[in-house]
Amino acid sequence: MSGLAAGIAVFRAVLRQTSGLIGAVMFFGHVGIALLAPWIVPYDPAVQDVTAIMVSPSAEHWFGTDRLGRDVFSRTLLGGRQAMLIATLSTVLAMVWGSVLGILLALQGGRMDALVMRAVDGMMSIPWILMVMLFVAVLGTGTASLVPVLGFSYGLSVIYLARAATLDFVARDFILAAQARGQSRWTIVSRELFPNVRNSLAVQGAMQWSWIFIAVSSLSYLGMGVAPPTPDWGQMISDARGIMQLAPWALIGPMVALSSLVIGVNLLVDAWAQTLGVDRVKRVSDV
Amino acid sequence: MTAKPVLTVTDLTIGVSLQNGQTPAVVDGVSLALNHGASIGIAGESGSGKSTLLLAMMGVLRTGLVHQSGAVDFGGTPLFGRADEDLQSLRGGRLALIPQNAATAMTPTLRIGAQIDEVLRLHTNLSAKERAARVLELLAKVRLPDPARLARRFPHELSGGQVQRAAIAMALAGGPAVLLMDEPTTGLDATTQLSLLDLMVDLRREAGMAIICVSHDLGVLAKLCERLVVMYSGALIEEGPTRELLSRPSHPYTRALLASLPTLANPGLPSSIPGAPPSPFALPKGCRFAPRCGVADDMCHTNRPPVQENAPHRRLACFHLAEGSMATAAEPAPAIVAPKVAAPVLQIEDLSISFGRARGLNRLFSITKPKAVVEDVSFQLSRGEILGLVGESGSGKSTILRAIAGILEPSGGAIHLATGGASLAPLARAMANRPLNQLQRVQMVFQNPETSLNPRHTIFEILAQPLRLYGTSGSKGLRGRAQDLLAEVRLGQSYLDRYPAQLSGGERQRVAIARAFAADPEVLLCDEITTALDVSVQAAVLKLVRDLARDRHVATIFVSHDLAVVRAISDRIAVLQAGSIVEIGSADDLCRTPRHDYTQKLLAAVLETVPLAS
Repeated sequence: MSGLAAGIAVFRAVLRQTSGLIGAVMFFGHVGIALLAPWIVPYDPAVQDVTAIMVSPSAEHWFGTDRLGRDVFSRTLLGGRQAMLIATLSTVLAMVWGSVLGILLALQGGRMDALVMRAVDGMMSIPWILMVMLFVAVLGTGTASLVPVLGFSYGLSVIYLARAATLDFVARDFILAAQARGQSRWTIVSRELFPNVRNSLAVQGAMQWSWIFIAVSSLSYLGMGVAPPTPDWGQMISDARGIMQLAPWALIGPMVALSSLVIGVNLLVDAWAQTLGVDRVKRVSDV
Repeated sequence: MTAKPVLTVTDLTIGVSLQNGQTPAVVDGVSLALNHGASIGIAGESGSGKSTLLLAMMGVLRTGLVHQSGAVDFGGTPLFGRADEDLQSLRGGRLALIPQNAATAMTPTLRIGAQIDEVLRLHTNLSAKERAARVLELLAKVRLPDPARLARRFPHELSGGQVQRAAIAMALAGGPAVLLMDEPTTGLDATTQLSLLDLMVDLRREAGMAIICVSHDLGVLAKLCERLVVMYSGALIEEGPTRELLSRPSHPYTRALLASLPTLANPGLPSSIPGAPPSPFALPKGCRFAPRCGVADDMCHTNRPPVQENAPHRRLACFHLAEGSMATAAEPAPAIVAPKVAAPVLQIEDLSISFGRARGLNRLFSITKPKAVVEDVSFQLSRGEILGLVGESGSGKSTILRAIAGILEPSGGAIHLATGGASLAPLARAMANRPLNQLQRVQMVFQNPETSLNPRHTIFEILAQPLRLYGTSGSKGLRGRAQDLLAEVRLGQSYLDRYPAQLSGGERQRVAIARAFAADPEVLLCDEITTALDVSVQAAVLKLVRDLARDRHVATIFVSHDLAVVRAISDRIAVLQAGSIVEIGSADDLCRTPRHDYTQKLLAAVLETVPLAS
């Protein structure tokens, strides 16, 4: 079976599960909206209409307007784009460096493994948000600084998972056989080990994506993530918090969007892990 | 027989419960009666349903199995169709099981004495003091040294044989009328196995209990049981008194199975059974053995033969009653092709291997030297020669192989490999320091093909790896060469695109052998390569290795704990004891006139199915 055909078969099996189907609709719905949003939004998200401040939902403004008179519906449609982009880039970065290092450490073992893992333990003990705040303070906010920072700190937990998944296989005779044959270390990692840990890493990567997405939204909420005028759900929630009693509708749009995306991804990953026969990984780092 | 049966199995059928609602049978219409104090051995290969049948005799079914029809009756109590609570007083008491692997079946956090005490508390009315005395009595009964001290030990502090004895003591604690045993000696050394079987024979006589023993090893059953039941693919196919059945087997499968056993009495390669047992999901319509049977006719392919009495006290499920004959003789060993005076291709000199390193101050003052696992082992091997390396666990036989392959670094001595002509060049100790052409010339086949083949690779990819690495594919290209290699191990080209999980154990081991030969080696190292296989498959793998070694003039070291297997395949045999070679010589001489005490002991421990004298 070719790679593509196998992928399609897995996707079909995911859709046959109720949670997989619901998750897929939620997730791909969000992706579709994010891609098409610039063409379908009724208002410019940054334009402040002083004549319509904090108006309740109506035919003109489906989700109402916020304290500056901006259209909440338009901002909600656009609010996931930047965070999704940052989450995707950070996940790729975290998965690449985390898995390469994790697999190599498991294969190497011995003193090197012990040394590096203790260093990773040390770094993991620092709350990620402190680490991120430190980096943002130095590098400034924006995609260019958020992606390396999140990619680095979330890659730490990938090291654990990649290393643990690899250790299951390192002790097996086919690795010993490859070594005794004289295969290069790179061949052993890429051809012998990687195909065996690929599935668990893929599932892990999808989970990482949703965690990083939450992290980006949290940072935006704190004013360290996506910077205005780019609309963002975290930023919108933070903005609307102060006027919660006066204009609760300004909160509802971004909150529903944010939670439905995260729930959708989780449902989808659950069904996917089930299909692949992989344990769905628990989160290693704190929230 | 007039004795009243204590345990009867009537037309028992057990199926696997599948998602699609079907329940293919794994035990199919088996009937059996065990008399008081009698002993029955159940023989069969993996997947024959023998362990499922054994557990069913306790009223236990593994998860996913369902009882479909038939009954098991123990002393008037039916074991199916009742609540588990009703059977609790029976199990472990009057009906006791000795599990296959006692080391994992005992609770690791409880002392031996406490575990036996628990059985006594559940099944007897003895006071605490009486129980303590009884524990020691039981441990002494299974011939464990110093019972008082052993009772205070934890399972992991005991050797494999000792834990097995403790498990027997535990089973005896409830005063069983029937003792069920599942492969009771698997994983034990030959000499340990023999003493354990002697113990069981004596215990049975003393206690007057009945025994049912399941094993793939006919030698074990021959030693332990009066009657023998042969199972194939879930069905009982033959039953009879052990000695009679083994010397005059009736069913073609029993005959073929016996012929596939390597024996000391009948040296040479045993013959194998073609094909593989059917899967329970695709059972043949007629006799289940028909597709592999030499005498099967149309009748056999369409109808299932009923189990019928074919002689006094014997039962058989075969349409060809009259054709029973002696087990076919093993193929005579061909004369040794390798010239005896040929220049050696591999020479081992004073090889020593020790595990662990002296650390810190110890290293400085060399206060404690690490213990040597292998000491001063020397031998040489010429082209096409097969050297058997035999010894019990811990004798260092696999360690020597690993040192030759470079997986383990020896602490002393030298390994020389022929360089084209007659001269020998030393091999680097660690594989990291060996050039590729040296690695290529020494290839290893591992014990368990389940772990030695990458589960994510197709068979083609598995074979292509060494071909690419060493550039040994020749003019035919990777795929063509891989096809040739498969043909050499008697597998069709349709296997190229399959995954290891889709192959049987024997087929997987063939692929592992093909992978070793893909490198075009001069030295082949076989580490217990048939241990994980059924005997009928083992015979075919042995023949394959010997033929390939002969045809390609590959010097082969064949490591095994089983002297009969080593005898069947080797030109010369080296006997290892505690890391040293105690005797080395031609296979014939060594088995006929063993000089060393230990060799004699090993030979005596080989369980033959047909006693030499008869």
